[in-house]
Amino acid sequence: MAVTLDQTIAQKQHTLLSKMFASQTFWVVIAVILACLFLSFATDAFATQKNLYNITRNITFVAIIALGMTFVIITGGIDLSVGSVLCLSSMVLAVTMHAGYSIEIGILASIATALAIGAFNGILIAYLGFPPFVVTLGMLSIARSLAMVASNNTVVFQFGPDHNKLLALGGGAWVFGIANPVLYMILLALITGFVLRWTKFGRHIFAIGGNEHAATLTGVPVRQIKVAVYMISALSAGIAGIIQTGWLGAVTTNLGTGMELQVIAATVIGGANLAGGVGTAFGAIVGAALIEVIRNSLGLLGINAFWQGVFIGGAILLAVLFDRIRNFRRND
Amino acid sequence: MAVLELTNISKHFGAIQAVNDVSLSIEPGQVVGLMGDNGAGKSTLVKMIAGNFRPSHGTMQMDGKDLILHKPVEARQHGIEIVHQDLALCNNLTAAANVYLGRELRRGVGPFRILDYASMYKRAGQIFAELKSETRPRDLVKQMSGGQRQAVAIARTMLSQAKIVLMDEPTAAISVRQVAEVLNLIRHLRDQGIAVVLISHRMPDVFTVADRVIVMRRGRKVADKTIASSSPEEVTGLITGAIEQV
Repeated sequence: MAVTLDQTIAQKQHTLLSKMFASQTFWVVIAVILACLFLSFATDAFATQKNLYNITRNITFVAIIALGMTFVIITGGIDLSVGSVLCLSSMVLAVTMHAGYSIEIGILASIATALAIGAFNGILIAYLGFPPFVVTLGMLSIARSLAMVASNNTVVFQFGPDHNKLLALGGGAWVFGIANPVLYMILLALITGFVLRWTKFGRHIFAIGGNEHAATLTGVPVRQIKVAVYMISALSAGIAGIIQTGWLGAVTTNLGTGMELQVIAATVIGGANLAGGVGTAFGAIVGAALIEVIRNSLGLLGINAFWQGVFIGGAILLAVLFDRIRNFRRND
Repeated sequence: MAVLELTNISKHFGAIQAVNDVSLSIEPGQVVGLMGDNGAGKSTLVKMIAGNFRPSHGTMQMDGKDLILHKPVEARQHGIEIVHQDLALCNNLTAAANVYLGRELRRGVGPFRILDYASMYKRAGQIFAELKSETRPRDLVKQMSGGQRQAVAIARTMLSQAKIVLMDEPTAAISVRQVAEVLNLIRHLRDQGIAVVLISHRMPDVFTVADRVIVMRRGRKVADKTIASSSPEEVTGLITGAIEQV
């Protein structure tokens, strides 16, 4: 029997299930679940309310920035400055509030700082053609240095009249005993997922990562979008900085040191491709979760904390290995 | 009436005369093969029609009205569509997403508008059906054959009411079977009254599908005649300069 054109076109290439099995994020979710199950049985301390509260909250800081980083990585860029931007935003917030201003003004100043840095990165990259790696590497140094200048390299732990409000914002648990940062993370993840899937902006981000030249030729405003993604990334670092300040109750100038690598690791483990064009909000969260579960479990299992880097690095390589294996199979 | 009319068009970059005093007119539903060696001025000419360059001298008219283009988007607004040599496709997106790239359909009210996936899949599917192409709107472009990729790039030109489609080397670097597919796509465009300018190095393709052939050499138009009244040997002679002008 001859197959008509319509039949061929109607044929679905992927079922939902096959799509799921082909996704890196799915396997990372499985890994997280298995690790959690194992830890629940192997240790008494894992499945306690207190430990779960800690884990979920610890995930958030990396996860929130990973959401912003996802935008950048989908366009094929990278933002190495997020750890320093987190520190600078926290410091701006702390210094502003310490000087007696309200929490609203502190947050506004902090967000504005983050956005300004993101815009600076973005303009150098999009309009002047600087490589993202170099620009954000420079900013990594600049932002941390500015944080030191702003605070004179001291620890700020008194936040003026709204001190308690700030601590409640980051350290409280307003709904069902879930740590506030977790709620912010879920909200931001939903927004990120929505923007990536349902907006023209999201579609254009994927297009730029897929083929920047094509995006330009078809009239996508590539430059403006690139500036926007670096602003989003810096904004996410700023938001994480504000929340972390509220949780820690003190800001030092080494806050967020080396965090950019954890964030990029989370994004990549969650399925984003550093070559651009691929990435999801859910993946960023799951990647951050896997890193935190590894870290937590090493502590609970009594393994020396020095081994942490080995396990996290191994997870990165393993995640990308799965991706490579799938590609080999496809090319056969 | 001619859909596109170029009168005494020249373009120079500094001292280099890329296109020199070229006049031509293109009728609706006509396939014109534009041939010439590398550096003959084909691309420069096409880029002026596409709005990438502005002519140094001469005028362009569309449907009898003056056509002045400052950037590619304006050419598109006038119904001039381009299929680029590298196709300008994003491998990580679906066929439908590529067709609608830069002019996505959205639904909703005011600032609250979301991508209208259903309509884009549907319309893209209709266009592929019109083109008689075995391309599924939901498939990723990276899984597609060369012919299907061409179909996606050509489908893009059919979204709006294009009057003229410029195709830059659409049959370079694809298999023989796929070349036949692409030539069919060109015929479908023609049958809908769209004028097609086919820039190609491949003599057989031009002589299979084109109604007219224009040959350029060193920035000048050296021939402009119907396919029936020409031959591949003559065109080869014109391209290389063995035949001066006809």
